Amino acid sequence: MPSLKSLRLRINSVKSTRKITQAMKMVAAAKLRRAQSQAEAARPYAERMERMLASLGASIAGSPDAPKLLVGTGADKVHLLVVVTAERGLCGGFNTNVGRFARAQVRALEAEGKTVKIITVGRKGAVYLKREFASRIVAEIGFANKKRIGFEEASEVSGKISDMLDAGDFDVCTLIYNRFKNVISQTPVGQQLIPAPLPEMAADGGALYEFEPTEEEILARLLPQNLGIQIYRALLDNAAGFYGSQMTAMDNATRNAGEMINKLTLNYNRTRQANITRELIEIISGAEAL
Amino acid sequence: MASFQLELVSPEKLLLSRKVDMAVIPAAEGEMGVLAGHAPMIVALRGGVISVREGGQVTEQLFVAGGFAEVAPDRVTILADEATPLASLSKSEATQRLAEAEAALAAAASETPEKRETAMARVLSARAMVEAALAA
Repeated sequence: MPSLKSLRLRINSVKSTRKITQAMKMVAAAKLRRAQSQAEAARPYAERMERMLASLGASIAGSPDAPKLLVGTGADKVHLLVVVTAERGLCGGFNTNVGRFARAQVRALEAEGKTVKIITVGRKGAVYLKREFASRIVAEIGFANKKRIGFEEASEVSGKISDMLDAGDFDVCTLIYNRFKNVISQTPVGQQLIPAPLPEMAADGGALYEFEPTEEEILARLLPQNLGIQIYRALLDNAAGFYGSQMTAMDNATRNAGEMINKLTLNYNRTRQANITRELIEIISGAEAL
Repeated sequence: MASFQLELVSPEKLLLSRKVDMAVIPAAEGEMGVLAGHAPMIVALRGGVISVREGGQVTEQLFVAGGFAEVAPDRVTILADEATPLASLSKSEATQRLAEAEAALAAAASETPEKRETAMARVLSARAMVEAALAA
């Protein structure tokens, strides 16, 4: 049976752990709210961008000199996976889920005989994938020192991708990240970026618009912007999902710590009472012996 | 006077969404005044100032660094790369950005024509920003 002192120490250490997890939960909740409102604020732009692309892209996708960002290189050999994860841990299965999803994708693609290249965004994904696929990682991007993800960070990633496309480094690009469904559930998804899947055209849309300058020129500027916004969206979803996941994880940890404290306290009291009883017996039997 | 719905969005947020009488937007090929009932158009924007008119007066002026605008008879949607109200534009930031853009252009001298073009566009947009900051 453990001594009273060691039990007391144990209870104290679990108590301070509970304090930490509780504080982390609160911080995550506050940051989650901010991340969520930021994700919300980005939505109108993405929606309108989509509408504009729909009215533009459909007319040009068929033509032979359509931009590469829209139609890809035409080949299907080299796949680029952009894996977005968080910078930090202590968030349950958040990073591992994306990692596992990415790994399954890499395996599936390689089984089909394709070449795979990986760009990781966020430190945790890099650490996870490096164990198995170190040779396939072409770039690691991290925003650990950034407090807030802005559109600039997303442009940095999209710039890198379009540079690689211009250099002919890949044919198909897929973005893998945690889609933020709600605070409790985030699901890893793979979203194809290049060739860009065109949004469905509204029936009444169509070739009504005039363009200035030409359609091609606008598209050439709109597509990189669209790539950026898709990545921006993923980064924001990732941030919101991370905090959501961290909040849930820390909530569980706090609850577990509470349970543990109850159990230890019970144990402590029992031991204390056993000690008292034993001492009493000793005294009484000592008195009887006189 | 007939009015139309003007929406100004940047990737970070929705800046403006209301009924206005007229908007002047810095299209790539020259300033463009838009009234209600304009023919449907999609235009690229260069760096410049968007002015909004309501009731015969300029009620709002914002600097945009570039972007796109979708014009329809009853609404105008502006997708700005970056938008700042003219009043909160800082001159020092603008000059710094111009210097950076010019350095980038000089560095891009040996690059592909497309890269040079984007660098050039950035310089022009930064120059417009400096001018707007000075005027404000």
